[in-house]
Amino acid sequence: MKIFKLLGIAQSSLLKNRTRSILTMLGIIIGVGAVIVMVAIGEGTKENIETRINSLGTNLIMIRSASNSAGGVRRGFGSSRTLLLKDEHTIREQCDLVMAVSGIVNVNGQIIGGGSNWSSSVMGVSPDYTTIKSWELDEGTFFTERDIRAKTKVAVVGTSIRDNLFGGGDVIGQSIRIQSVPFKIIGLLKSKGSTGSQDQDDVVLVPLTTAAFRLRGDSKYVSQIYVSATSMDMLDAAQEEVSQTLRMAHKLIDGEDDDFNLTTQTELTEAFTSSTETMTTLLAWIAAISLFVGGIGVMNIMLVSVTERTREIGIRVAVGARGFDVMMQFLIEAVVLSLFGGLTGIAMSFGVCRVLTDFAGMTTIIQTDIIFISLGVSGLIGIFFGLFPAKKASELDPIDALRHE
Amino acid sequence: MPEVIQTFDLKKTYPLEEPVHALRGVNLTIGPGEFVSIMGASGSGKSTFMNILGCLDRPTSGSYELDGVKVGGLSRNELADIRNEKIGFVFQGFNLLSRTSALENVELPLVYQRKKSKIKPKDKAMDCLVRVGLADRMGHQTQQLSGGQQQRVAIARSLVNDPALILADEPTGNLDSRTSLDLMGLFQELNQQGITIVLVTHEPDIAMFTKRCVEMRDGLIVRDTPIEEQRDAKLELEEFSGVIGI
Repeated sequence: MKIFKLLGIAQSSLLKNRTRSILTMLGIIIGVGAVIVMVAIGEGTKENIETRINSLGTNLIMIRSASNSAGGVRRGFGSSRTLLLKDEHTIREQCDLVMAVSGIVNVNGQIIGGGSNWSSSVMGVSPDYTTIKSWELDEGTFFTERDIRAKTKVAVVGTSIRDNLFGGGDVIGQSIRIQSVPFKIIGLLKSKGSTGSQDQDDVVLVPLTTAAFRLRGDSKYVSQIYVSATSMDMLDAAQEEVSQTLRMAHKLIDGEDDDFNLTTQTELTEAFTSSTETMTTLLAWIAAISLFVGGIGVMNIMLVSVTERTREIGIRVAVGARGFDVMMQFLIEAVVLSLFGGLTGIAMSFGVCRVLTDFAGMTTIIQTDIIFISLGVSGLIGIFFGLFPAKKASELDPIDALRHE
Repeated sequence: MPEVIQTFDLKKTYPLEEPVHALRGVNLTIGPGEFVSIMGASGSGKSTFMNILGCLDRPTSGSYELDGVKVGGLSRNELADIRNEKIGFVFQGFNLLSRTSALENVELPLVYQRKKSKIKPKDKAMDCLVRVGLADRMGHQTQQLSGGQQQRVAIARSLVNDPALILADEPTGNLDSRTSLDLMGLFQELNQQGITIVLVTHEPDIAMFTKRCVEMRDGLIVRDTPIEEQRDAKLELEEFSGVIGI
């Protein structure tokens, strides 16, 4: 018997019981749809986190001071002041796997300019900082090594500063005052938008040395050092190299704890994504269970169908259908049912993801392989749950089947 | 030409707590072109005999040869193939697929045919429907047809595989007397075309339309006589119509 003939029989018998077929498929549709949507949300969240972390910098290694403790109270990273301005220089000179280095000095303060004032984060950085962050200038220029050496009072601002202090007008050449120190704006950063609640354009960059000597006063120290490794693959090696260099520079003997703390971008990504991954796996499992329940629904309906169509089976057997023919007929019916349910589920999951993206602002990513996997799984569900009813149908005695009312 | 049916000492015992001997040694030979009725009260073993003749059931012992093929030792699948190639069934309850067109019902045996035929299944099925006088009802669904028409569809289905034998089990049991006459006329017509028909019935009146009557009692054949005066269904139908003024 040819397969398309069997498909024809399956199709016509499924169409004859349209409502029942659709209700049975619903189980598979919801199961497959739920699995895909859950995985898509998981993948989307993961990518969201990755982009956010990648926006911190390129192949980034962040160096902070280690925690210190005073009288038994441990105060967390960055609480001690062990990172020095000259550490930045040492790393730049001695580490081969490092592409860019910038110390960072954070200064808080009200910025006054354009007849208005605004509170923003002011950072003293090196010219390398734009390389690390992959930031670009919209207008003007960035400060250079010369500005660092001369501790010039120049600043590069983000677009939010322009909008808030100068009402969106021209800012190049304007002057602002930070802690009463006047700075001349020489550059405007390209807008980067916000990541979550953080406005990346609300920033004022000044030369590292200017910030350290003229704004903070404690000229020796930096808050953090950002390092960019030459490539993603070199991140771990660079981390080790930087760590060794700093230990040497800080004259730490073997066995003594680091007085600084290194975090790489990959570590951050892993830390943030591992919890989402657990969540995704959990949700996907729950969805998979609903798919399994859908499969049981298919089996249930097929069993009902076999009983209901006992007479039909009798007629078919009487006119020469073999047990195998009858079995294939019901098996194919189950497979068609669940495959069709799977396809509809896939189509619907696209719709649901679209709605989630458009109306709930969630990032969802449907990968190609998950589509093929779920299609395969729904086919297998049809075979697995269809086999028992089909076998039962094929073993019916034709005489009894013909007499069945 | 081989005999269509040849049974020798056919026995069937149902292994219940007290074994039931449904057939206790049946010998019967039916040649090509015969029109035989099998009569008997319920419990006479005629249904069991019919099921064995139709290859739906297997005898406990004895031999059965259908159209030159020894059927006795065949497997379930081989029996299915024999039914498909050599036998056409007509049942009391019509046994058509519901919500399916007359044409598709007639085509059904050809769906399971293993040998490739030169004629298209659809053409063959249409041909058979024309033979039973339902040329204008091919696309009708089973439930849209009258009882008589449904039985005609069933007869067309039994013809579609060019069987060596048509087995009819109480074909007129569910029909009124006029329709019964009509159908017996069709059977007689088919028999005249050379088709071998075995008809199981408990009505002596119906048996009179056949050419030979086999009577069964307690699992044995007790009488096997040719019908002396065969009734002509067509003629009687004309008279019948005349009486009630149609």
